Amino acid sequence: MNLHRHALSSPARGEGRTRAALATLVLSILFLILPALAARAMDIQQVTSPKGITAWLVEDYSVPVVAVRFVFGGGSTQDPPGKEGLANLMTGLFDEGAGSLDSEAFQIRLDDAGAEMSFDETRDGIYGSMRMLADQRDEAFDLLRLAVDEPRFDQAPIDRIRSQILSGIIANENDPDTIAQNKWARAIYGDHPYSRSDQGTRQSIAAITQDDLKALHKAVFARSGLHVAVVGAIDAETLKKKLDMVFGDLPQSQALTPVADVEPKLAQHLEVNYDLPQTSLQLAWPGVKRKSADFFPAVLMNEILGGGTFTSRLYQEVREKRGLAYGVNSSLVNQDHANALIVTTGTRSDRVAETLGIVRDVVKEMAENGPTEAELAATKKYMVGAYAINNLDSSSSIAATLVELQLDDLGIDYMQRRAGYINAVTLDQVKAAAKKLLTAEPTIMVVGPPLAGAGKG
Amino acid sequence: MTFQAEWLRTTLLAISLAFVVTGPVLADSSTQPNTKPAEFKVTDFLLGNGMEVVVIPDHRAPIVTHMVWYKIGSADEPPGKSGIAHFFEHLMFKATTNHAAGEFDRAVSDIGGSNNAFTSYDYTAFHETVAPSSLELMMSFEADRMRNLILTDDVIKTERDVILEERRSRIDNNPQAVLDEEVDATLWQNQPYRIPVIGWMQEMEQLNRIDATAFYDKYYRPNNAVLIVAGDVEPDAVKALAEKTYGKVARGPDLPPRIRPVEPEQNTKRTVTLSDARVSVPSFSTQWVVPSYHSGKPGEAEALDLLAEILGGGNRSRLYQALVVQQGIASSAGAYFQGTMLDDTNFTVYGAPRGDAKLADVEAAVDAEVARIASGGVTPEELEKAKDRYVRSMIFARDKQDSMAEIYGSTLATGGNVRDVQQWPDRIRKVTADEVKAVAARYLVLARSTSGYLLPQQQAGN
Repeated sequence: MNLHRHALSSPARGEGRTRAALATLVLSILFLILPALAARAMDIQQVTSPKGITAWLVEDYSVPVVAVRFVFGGGSTQDPPGKEGLANLMTGLFDEGAGSLDSEAFQIRLDDAGAEMSFDETRDGIYGSMRMLADQRDEAFDLLRLAVDEPRFDQAPIDRIRSQILSGIIANENDPDTIAQNKWARAIYGDHPYSRSDQGTRQSIAAITQDDLKALHKAVFARSGLHVAVVGAIDAETLKKKLDMVFGDLPQSQALTPVADVEPKLAQHLEVNYDLPQTSLQLAWPGVKRKSADFFPAVLMNEILGGGTFTSRLYQEVREKRGLAYGVNSSLVNQDHANALIVTTGTRSDRVAETLGIVRDVVKEMAENGPTEAELAATKKYMVGAYAINNLDSSSSIAATLVELQLDDLGIDYMQRRAGYINAVTLDQVKAAAKKLLTAEPTIMVVGPPLAGAGKG
Repeated sequence: MTFQAEWLRTTLLAISLAFVVTGPVLADSSTQPNTKPAEFKVTDFLLGNGMEVVVIPDHRAPIVTHMVWYKIGSADEPPGKSGIAHFFEHLMFKATTNHAAGEFDRAVSDIGGSNNAFTSYDYTAFHETVAPSSLELMMSFEADRMRNLILTDDVIKTERDVILEERRSRIDNNPQAVLDEEVDATLWQNQPYRIPVIGWMQEMEQLNRIDATAFYDKYYRPNNAVLIVAGDVEPDAVKALAEKTYGKVARGPDLPPRIRPVEPEQNTKRTVTLSDARVSVPSFSTQWVVPSYHSGKPGEAEALDLLAEILGGGNRSRLYQALVVQQGIASSAGAYFQGTMLDDTNFTVYGAPRGDAKLADVEAAVDAEVARIASGGVTPEELEKAKDRYVRSMIFARDKQDSMAEIYGSTLATGGNVRDVQQWPDRIRKVTADEVKAVAARYLVLARSTSGYLLPQQQAGN
């Protein structure tokens, strides 16, 4: 058991896009900007195959490994009503049989190839990753092609993976935090697909058939919704052939169900009463769109308020000065169809009112007066320097970062440009962003024993 | 902080943790024929004051990971002072005679770095990841707080509230964590691994400035520390900087050998049960006391690593194939071994039912697989594949600078040396099927095991 001093979320692997759903407490922090140094060190090539598949490649032979990351837009929001959990179940089945190989044969081949393959879904996309040894990459790419292009969805693995997921759903039925997050999602998203469980329910996953899986695969796995990044011991010419092999036979266009944008519903007070030693608190304010002009001012403001450093205002006021909590942070959450600023913390039950009061005071001060010039200058430096450390520390994380940059349509030279965006932000812009986001009345959720004569909230 | 599927995730996390911690890295030239491996030369040396230094050059990105490992963990704590090692780790971020509280954190964030620290049974480590040009600054801050910390009652009181909240959030709010704590206290009857790293609540509440100062003066010394620097640096430059910073810190008195209370022979089957309203699906784990890389005879821990991989290391393992795939009675089943420990450690198997299956059926099926491997051993093919997976994991680990630093740091802090890490793949390759069978037969004896059961409330007393 390792105990860490600080409770800070891992930094986001993307930029302007938080992959964790707002409805879970897995909230990441946005880090932006790459130091000029790292941008120079990393040569990103855009590779387009004869069949027109494009990927970003960082060719590097330091370690005999190739990391592949890709995404097809359209995640669990594409689950038909009554079939919630479909995308999630599908991601569990790509290594359970493809082409002429049944589940067992596929997994033996994968193991023999020395490769690791994984798929996962978010509300907005279905992601695939593969890590392979360079000298066995042909075999690994063959298996990736089979998984992507010809998944079998055999009944036996469907039933097995479904029942494993079901065990997880049942296991969480009395878990106060799961109950709370479901309540939270319904309260702030109403009928929007973001309010639904991406794991599904007992009933919805029971209703999923092989045909549903095939239909979702066909609708989502198409070239128009695909973004690919590859990092490691492979050259552009070889990669072009592999891209055509893996993705070249997919249909041209996705057939996605449109998803509406939604504003999280604020000014609600939610309580989940449970006899717990520590009470969790979660608060939501409005967020900011990735493409909006005040995106960087908002990101800087959030960083100063409660972002990824131990010097943030919330960290200082709640933890360092008063010992009220082990962890406290604020995050900007960007999804395709909703944005929010979320603050989370937890404290012992008799100090809930005090903690909530401090959080609200810190937010109010930021809304009214914004940060100081010195805070802004320090935070700009931090965000310029932190990008490489937080997003580019292994082949897999570089590949993941490059896919997120493509999803956000930021351009292949974005890393060189981004310090400029950060440094151009003025104090007035940050103050305006603080006022715009933080003057709203937040939605507050309290998970723990009933509040005795609750404080501000 | 995540709250979903905690019961499942705990076990999965434990596996990946064990894998990372016990899977040191392929050092030096790669065996891969069709690639161009970069130079991967690890250098180690000693400063005049006894501080060990390891440098792991990695020039792919202009980043350096700087870690200081103290050979002091919760298992070294005085009786009645549980949690002091971890509490002290927090206090290391307070003011020193040269820097105000928070100044180090600010210096790290000003340069876009990241920093943190962690405590385990056998070590406490502090780390920063920064651009190479800031390495000297990091070293000067770390060297300063090695000796110049100022501890006041106010600082102690506030930070003690923080660790009490940390305990509530990590342990008390989570039934699986509460059970795990009790299982450890039952598996270990004498060895200090029975005491949680974070400490027992009633002892944490009493920790004070006198405890903290005594702890600091005894253990935070260059001759009880290991410096690991991994990244875009050269050994000569690191050496010069280390001498200029850490080298100025006076050597402390030699510490006595870390001889801890030894476990008596276990002759019983022990069980611990927790029923909790938050639990809907039952689960169990069974643990045995086994040797670690440091406490075992040559080859024993390597054999245990491979045994854990073959028995329950992933979805090609015997437990997964038998219980999850073939019999279809379990949603999860597996095994892990935590080899990087100073003293004897534990080997664990676990499982949870799915559908209409009963926990007792899952446990019986796990026990049957354990018995089968102890009596029948492993096939040559299984063994080769398990070895391949380990060697592969080491190549993948080379891809991440801080993983590399942690592998070396944890090994050196638990009685190993650089050569142990470098030769680890060769030693894994040498393990025979007979040796795997022998450790299974010798250690995985049900009559001398400890099981923990996490049950829904209505099943209490079953």
